[in-house]
Amino acid sequence: MTTLLNVKDLRAYYGQVQALHGLSFSLNEGSLTTLLGANGAGKTTTLRAICNMVRSTGAIEFDGKPLNNRSTENIVRFGIAHVPQGRGTFTTMTVEENLQLGAITRKDSAGIVSDIERMYAHFPVLKQRHTQQAGTLSGGEQQMLAVARALMLRPRLMLLDEPSFGLAPLVVRDLFGILGKINREDKVSILVVEQNAQLALELADQAYVIETGRIVMSGNAKDIANNEEIRKSYLGY
Amino acid sequence: MELFTNQVLAGIATGAIYACMALAVVMIYQAIDHLNFAQGEMAMFSTFISWQLMQWGVPYWAAFVITLAFSFVAGIAIERILFKPLAKAPILTNVAGFIALFAIINSSAGLIWDFTIKQYPTPFGSAPFLGSQLISTHQAGMVGVTVLLLLGLYFFFQYTRIGLAMRAAASVPESARLVGINTSWMIALGWGMATAIGSIAGMLIAPVVFLEPNMMGGVLIYGFAAAVLGGLTSPFGAVVGGFLVGIFENLAGTYIPGVGNELKLPIALALIISVLVVKPAGLFGRHIVKRV
Repeated sequence: MTTLLNVKDLRAYYGQVQALHGLSFSLNEGSLTTLLGANGAGKTTTLRAICNMVRSTGAIEFDGKPLNNRSTENIVRFGIAHVPQGRGTFTTMTVEENLQLGAITRKDSAGIVSDIERMYAHFPVLKQRHTQQAGTLSGGEQQMLAVARALMLRPRLMLLDEPSFGLAPLVVRDLFGILGKINREDKVSILVVEQNAQLALELADQAYVIETGRIVMSGNAKDIANNEEIRKSYLGY
Repeated sequence: MELFTNQVLAGIATGAIYACMALAVVMIYQAIDHLNFAQGEMAMFSTFISWQLMQWGVPYWAAFVITLAFSFVAGIAIERILFKPLAKAPILTNVAGFIALFAIINSSAGLIWDFTIKQYPTPFGSAPFLGSQLISTHQAGMVGVTVLLLLGLYFFFQYTRIGLAMRAAASVPESARLVGINTSWMIALGWGMATAIGSIAGMLIAPVVFLEPNMMGGVLIYGFAAAVLGGLTSPFGAVVGGFLVGIFENLAGTYIPGVGNELKLPIALALIISVLVVKPAGLFGRHIVKRV
């Protein structure tokens, strides 16, 4: 299995405050990896550092190419789609415009049109509301839209920041089901950050646990889920 | 009744200019969250460029197009050189930047072309429009050009990818970068377009107010009034606001005793203040709610 994303000795700073203290991990092509940890552990910062949205040092390699010192909008062109915390919906624009924006770096207009139809097949609710302002969608629908928007890039890697946040449990089940399907069928590698450790471990194949800016645990998702000690001390369930 | 119709039509004509200025102001406000106090001076300078070209024998419409191109490039240059470095600076630093720009452009124009009032030609002539005494051909031309411009902008923002990208960059910059939009250049592009729109306003109003370095002062204040009335977050509101302010200005000047021509400017300022007190978001603007 080839390594798609390799992060080495990542340190990130907000002003004078250091948020990540030499964090290293890797993600295999085609895998669904989850990054777990409590509030403030540095999960979001890790994702933001990969997309150069926060000052950081260390090596980040994607498919063997270094990502450091590239601008956020350039990193997207490698095929990395980031669904930020809070979903990042373009609330004043229509659902369809949101999808078009996801593909704004692509040149193949025919492919974009057919991909929009594909998204509507994945998420029928978006088709019903395609002319509606995205801000009027419910939280769950907006999360679907955010995932669909990210897929419009035809990404190789999708970064998801707490997709379950603020959603009803049933909606979360639905969403995670779709994420698994996208991972398997569309061969999109996924790195998902979650506070809902139980659900994330069910979905993922690899898992890392972060505590105060360091990796404290890594391994097969099933092993971690089955290890009561880890669950109790780090994951709180 | 004829006086009333006459004043409303004349108001629509000048309103078209206010609409252009308001639109230019709103475009830059959407991109960088600041009011461009130098918008009027930039338009004035562009108008002088077109005048100079015509003095050198360039025909009107050729000069018009060259001036548009010049303004577009100049707007981008101003953003790159002056305001990009100020992007993260406090509000007052930006305000100082705008005032500096105002002073620099105003005095450069005075230095190059001096402060005497100059005639500026109109391509439409000033005969009565369609044989009616209500409105002149130049006034009709002002409205016509503005309507064409607005339609063009509407199609640009609604139906082109770059227009979509510009809207995205202005509404949620972080998400825009995450889909691969270079937001910094979208801001520069916005400056270029706003400057070009302003130059159209300058070239259309110059035959009415005559060409001189201070010609846009009053016009810009009406443009601000229009932008505030329509809502600073709404380009559509800016346009509607422009026409409303134009009509309001003319009717107030005609029917309210004592207002006349001298008190027209305070009326614009009174309008700005009343809107800010009664409906701060304007007629079509969104309320900005920020989580703290």
